[in-house]
Amino acid sequence: MAALLLAAALFLTGCSMAPIQVGDTVDEPVFAADRILPDEFTRADTTSDPWEGFNRTMYRFNYRFDKYVFLPLVSGYQAVMPDFAEQGVHNFFTNFRQITTLMNSILQFNGAKSLETASRLLVNSTIGVLGLFDWATPMGIPYHQEDFGQTLGVWGVGSGPYLVLPILGPSSVRDGIGLGVDAFVRTEIRDAIVDLETWQKVTWGVLDAIDTRANVSFRYYETGSPFEYEWVRMLSNTKRQLDIEK
Amino acid sequence: MKSYPRLLFWLFGVLIFTNAPAYDYPIEDPFVATVVGTPKDLRAELPEEIPLRKRSIKIFKDRVTPDFLFYDDKLRYSYALQKVPAPLVFLIAGTGGSYDGEKNTMMGRAFYQAGFHVISLSSPTHMNFVIAGSSTSVPGHAYRDAEDLYRVMERIWGTLEGRAEVTDFYVTGYSLGGFNTAFVTRLDEERQVFNFRKALLINPPVSLYNSISLLDRMLENIPGGVDNFYLFYNRLVKAFSEVYKREDTVKLSEDFLYKVYDALQPKEEELAALIGTSFRITSANMSFTSDVMTDYGYIKPKNVQFTKNTSPGVFNAVAHRLGFTDYFHAYFFPYYRAEDPSMSRDDMVARMSLTGIQDYLRSAGKIEVMHNQDDLILEPGEIDFFPRVFGDRAKIYPRGGHCGNMEFRDNVAHMISVFQE
Repeated sequence: MAALLLAAALFLTGCSMAPIQVGDTVDEPVFAADRILPDEFTRADTTSDPWEGFNRTMYRFNYRFDKYVFLPLVSGYQAVMPDFAEQGVHNFFTNFRQITTLMNSILQFNGAKSLETASRLLVNSTIGVLGLFDWATPMGIPYHQEDFGQTLGVWGVGSGPYLVLPILGPSSVRDGIGLGVDAFVRTEIRDAIVDLETWQKVTWGVLDAIDTRANVSFRYYETGSPFEYEWVRMLSNTKRQLDIEK
Repeated sequence: MKSYPRLLFWLFGVLIFTNAPAYDYPIEDPFVATVVGTPKDLRAELPEEIPLRKRSIKIFKDRVTPDFLFYDDKLRYSYALQKVPAPLVFLIAGTGGSYDGEKNTMMGRAFYQAGFHVISLSSPTHMNFVIAGSSTSVPGHAYRDAEDLYRVMERIWGTLEGRAEVTDFYVTGYSLGGFNTAFVTRLDEERQVFNFRKALLINPPVSLYNSISLLDRMLENIPGGVDNFYLFYNRLVKAFSEVYKREDTVKLSEDFLYKVYDALQPKEEELAALIGTSFRITSANMSFTSDVMTDYGYIKPKNVQFTKNTSPGVFNAVAHRLGFTDYFHAYFFPYYRAEDPSMSRDDMVARMSLTGIQDYLRSAGKIEVMHNQDDLILEPGEIDFFPRVFGDRAKIYPRGGHCGNMEFRDNVAHMISVFQE
């Protein structure tokens, strides 16, 4: 806990976002802002980002974590595992995550989604052999993804400031909390159903993480824009709003 | 009997269609074609995966990359090698395009399936290339970009030489990449490193300046101008959300854009605004990156230094209000005129065009062109440049907009056949 606070303090202190000006006056560029921009203009990006310095630093940390740890792990995993095994692992965890999707669908009072998710869980856990095989999709049962952050959103909780989570990436205060709640619920349910040794729990966690990352195609700093941070903030916020409405 | 005329009509139709191979790319409107592309069921059948390797390479060993752009110090590219001796094709992406963008990926798969080794490169206007592949970091110069691309090709080929047997070299690119291809091929005649057997220009501009002016003007279609972009963006999001919410799964299907188009039924002006916006974003990315690299003082004041953590802030807004023509007049032209003070603006415009090298293009039997009659980036009449200069080495399709039909099965088949003659 102390280590976490120290890390947070370090992040926050090293975080000046202002450019460094050499000399007393600004060398007017060809297109100076006060000449080009109207006095007042509405931005398309309405995301609140009061912790921008911290978020930018965390964004860079995630890039390095991906580059030196996470993506090499994913590559190694994909090289070693045969395709059918990878698919089996993916199906297993996708199915397991449907537990919290079901919970959240119920909490959102969405009957259709609850029923459909429950059907998927039932089908894939039984004839799909504990979720290893996805029979629900070819059977035409719709697939939904609902997390607790979306549930809070449906209940009317605002997203709060933009927050880039360690490893997990762009999120918000509300959604970060939501992810924590979902993870807690899934772990509790898992431990209630099956008694695992510590090493098995760790393996589960690591496989879950690797499988998740392997199926997210986003790569930091490959959008081709020097304004990537701002774009990701705006688009992830927009997508969240759409996911909540969906 | 009702069925008799129908039978006759059907018979008649069969006779017509068996005698005249019709080009059945379905989208008539060039704006729709450009935005939506080719419907999924009409695309060429390509392998889902090829043995693609993604790598990065430091081209300029002594270049110190600015802290703000630390992540792009190496040039990214991809390649896929055959296990047997085979021809090798270089793919050059279009304006702002990446080596792993949709079009390069599609071309890579098509050529690999046809038995080629493939090396895929980003456009010299892409941020990564501006930082790590361009000698000046001021992209858009037909001749300089060609030299930069050639250097990159040589260096990448150098790393792969021992691992693949190449029978012949080929080069192709779309849009600005097609323009680059012409100048790269011409440079190859001097340098003779690859001796390209053939080159294919896909939907290139004739005059770079004319095309960038055209694309800049498309943005004027945003109702209320660029200051009302946020309204335009909100409308786009609303349109996307209608379809997104209806989608069964959370993933965006390949036909997503088409479904959005179908649901929204946008007017031509709205599509033009969308295309203009896309190019404007590329312009902002490119010119701001270039400015940070050279400290020219185009947008960012010269005496202001960025750190790793610096927020571009207001410069972001300024960059998105400037188009390619602003870049040309206020940065590109003064920058290169410093090297050659005798060059006038008109000289520069003329040099940055295929017209300037048309004698070479006319005589170069190895160069072919694939274009569309209704391509949006060409001024009226410019399309005639291609049959005039290339003769029957130019294949002009009746529609497809700007690269809208690139994934259409006929077009992909033609692309491959050009290099298999």
